[in-house]
Amino acid sequence: MARFIVRRLIASIFLLIVVSAVVFLLFYVFPSADPAQLRAGRQANADQIQAIRESLGLDKSVIAQFWIYIKGVFTPLDLPGTDSHGPLYFGHSYQSNADVKDVIFSDLPATVMLVVGAVIVWMGVAIPTGIISAVRRRSFLDRATMITTLIFISAPVFWLGLVFLYLFADDVGLIPIFPGIGSYGAADTFAGKVGAMILPWLVLGLATAAIYARYLRSQMLDVMEEDYIRTAYAKGLPDKRVIMKHTLRSAITPIVTLLGLDVAVLLAGNAILTETVFNIPGVGAETFNAIKRSDLPMIQGITLFGAFFIVTLNLVVDIAYAYLDPRVRYD
Amino acid sequence: MSAAEENAAILEVADMRVWYGTRGDPVRAVDGVSFSIGAGETLGLVGESGCGKSTLGRGTLGLLPPMASVSGSVRYDGRELVGMDPKELRDMRGPELGLIFQEPMTRLDPLQTIEKHFRETLRTHEPDLDDDEVRRRSLEALAGMGIPPTRFKQYPHEFSGGMRQRIMIALALVLNPKVLIADEPTTALDVIVEAQILGILADLRRNFDTAVLLITHNLGIVAEACDRVAVMYAGEIVEQGDAREVFAEPAHPYTRELLRATISLETTGLNYIDGAPPSLIDPPPACRFHPRCPNAMAVCAELAPEETTGGGGQRVRCWLNGPEERIPEGGREPLEREEIAAAEEA
Ligand SMILES: Nc1ncnc2c1ncn2[C@@H]1O[C@H](COP(=O)(O)OP(=O)(O)O)[C@@H](O)[C@H]1O
Ligand SMILES: [Mg+2]
Repeated sequence: MARFIVRRLIASIFLLIVVSAVVFLLFYVFPSADPAQLRAGRQANADQIQAIRESLGLDKSVIAQFWIYIKGVFTPLDLPGTDSHGPLYFGHSYQSNADVKDVIFSDLPATVMLVVGAVIVWMGVAIPTGIISAVRRRSFLDRATMITTLIFISAPVFWLGLVFLYLFADDVGLIPIFPGIGSYGAADTFAGKVGAMILPWLVLGLATAAIYARYLRSQMLDVMEEDYIRTAYAKGLPDKRVIMKHTLRSAITPIVTLLGLDVAVLLAGNAILTETVFNIPGVGAETFNAIKRSDLPMIQGITLFGAFFIVTLNLVVDIAYAYLDPRVRYD
Repeated sequence: MSAAEENAAILEVADMRVWYGTRGDPVRAVDGVSFSIGAGETLGLVGESGCGKSTLGRGTLGLLPPMASVSGSVRYDGRELVGMDPKELRDMRGPELGLIFQEPMTRLDPLQTIEKHFRETLRTHEPDLDDDEVRRRSLEALAGMGIPPTRFKQYPHEFSGGMRQRIMIALALVLNPKVLIADEPTTALDVIVEAQILGILADLRRNFDTAVLLITHNLGIVAEACDRVAVMYAGEIVEQGDAREVFAEPAHPYTRELLRATISLETTGLNYIDGAPPSLIDPPPACRFHPRCPNAMAVCAELAPEETTGGGGQRVRCWLNGPEERIPEGGREPLEREEIAAAEEA
C-alpha cells in the first residue's frame, strides 16, 4: 500500500507537470495582451516595455519561459523580474492587479463552504432516497421519486437557482424565508454566511442528489440480485440488516468514487453556475469573470489548481477503495 | 413408505406449486409436488437442470423472489410454513431450516471476513452469546469442515471454491438446523472435495438426526448419499421411493433414461437423453415426458398419469405402470409422433 501511494504521488506530480505544459502552451499560443505592456501601464514608452519584457524573461525561448513557469509553480526558486516566488506562483493578474494564488485562496473559502454544505445535502437526501426506492421498487413512492429526480436532473442548475430564488429569496420570493442573491458577500458574520448559503446548498445539493439517488438505487438493485444477499436471507437475518449491512455496503463503494471526483471538479471551479446565479465570490465565479476579461494568468492558475484537486482526490478515492473493498489490492 | 417417513416426518410438503412472473404467461416451475422427509433421513432430489429443483428447495424455506407465488402446504414439525408470518419464518431460518446453495464462489459477502459471517449468523439467532462463545462455536464448525482457525479473519476471496463451499456448510451447520436443504452443494467442485462434502453430510444425519434434502442432477451422488430419492421432471415429481429400490427397479422411463445417462457417462460418455426439458411456461399436455419418452403410448399424450405403486414399492406417475382400468381403449398403442412437423422445423 505504501509503495502504491508513493508511486501514485510520483505519477500525480508528473501528471500535473504535463497539465502545466498544456496550459502553458495554450497560453503561449493564445493571442493575448502583452504582459510587459500590461505591467508597464499606458504611459510607458517602447524602451521601458522592452526592459520589462527582458526582466520578466518574455524575450527568451518557449522552453526557457516554460522553465520559469514551472519553477514558479513547483519550486521555491527565485523568479526573474519579480519579487514573488513559488511554489504555487501562477503569475500575476494585471486585470485585477493581484497575485493569482492570492486571488484563488481568497475565493476558496466560499467555494469550500458551498461544496461541503451541498455534499451534506446531496448525500443526506440521496442515500435514504436511493435505499427506499430500491427496497420499495415499483411502488408509488419509488415512481414518484424517480420522476422527481428526473426533473431535477433535466433542469439546468441556473434555472433551478432562479426558481428557488423566485420561491424563497427574502427580497423577491413568494415565500421570503432565505437570504437571496449577493447575501454571501454582504454577510459579515459566520451565521450570516451560513444563512446566505442555504439556497445555494439546496440548489446544488438537490440537483446532484437526484443523480446520486438514481445511481444508488440501481446499484442497490444490482447488489440485491447477488447470491450472497440470498445467503444472508437464508441465514434468517432481518431485512433491515441485509439491506444496511450487506446491500448498502456494497452498493455505496462506487458512489464513493463518484463523490470524490464530483467534489474535486466542484472545488476546481465547476460550481460556476451556482456561484454565478447567487453571486457567491468563489472559484467558479472567479473563473467566469476571468473568462469574461480574458485574464489568462488567472484562467491558467485556476485550471492548474483544479487539476491539483482532481489528481489529489483521485488518489484519495483509490486509497479509500482499498479500505472499502478488501478484494482491491494495490502493489 | 419407509419407516422414517411414516413415523417422524419433520418436513412434509403437499401439493406445492410455484409460479414465476405475475404478468403474461407464468413459469410453472413447481407444479403439484408432494414429499416428506423424516429426521435423520436424506432425500435426494434429482432431475435435469431447469426442471424446478432449486425452486422447490427455496420455496420450501419461503425464500423465493418477490415475483414468485406459492401454493400448497409445507409443514415443518407440525407448523405450516406457507403463509406464515414472515418474521416468524425468518427466525426459523438458520436454527431450524438451513440452506446450502449451489454456487459457492459468490455466496459469501465479499466485504466481510469469515469471522463476521459467523458472528452475524450466531448473534442473529442467539443474541446473548458472548464473543468467546461465538468464537469457540465458529471455530468448531469450521474445524469440522477442515478449515484451520488461522484463516478465521480472512475474506472470502482468499479461499478456493471448495473451501468456500465448506465454509458455507459450516455456516449453515453452526446453528444445528433440523432440516438442511443442500442445493447441488458439490456441482461446482472437483471429485475429491465432493467426496469430502458428501462424507460431512453423511455424518450429519448420523450424529445430529438432521433431515437433509439433497438436490443434485447426479444420480451417482444419490446412490451414494441418500436413503430415498425423488425424481423430478418439468416441475413434477414423477417417481419417488427408497433409493436402492428405485435404482434396482426404476419404474418411470425418465428415471431409466437418467440412470442410463449416468452409467454411460462413467463408461463411454456418449449417452444423453434425447431432446431437452420442456418450457415450463407451456409444458406438454398430459404426461410431460411423453415427447421424449422411448415408451410413449397413445394415452400418454391424452391423460395425465396417476400416482401408482411400482415394483420396488416406489410411487410413480407413468401409464406404463397403470392403473390398467383407467387407460382408455387403444391407449396402449405406441404414440404416433408428428415426426414430419419436427423435421420441417429443423
Ligand atoms: N427468478 C426466476 N424468475 C423466473 N423464472 C425462474 C426464476 N428462477 C428459475 N426460473 C425458471 O424456473 C424453472 C426452474 O428453475 P430451477 O428451479 O432453477 O431449476 P433447477 O434447479 O432444476 O435447474 C426454469 O425454467 C427457470 O428458468
Ligand atoms: Mg438449480
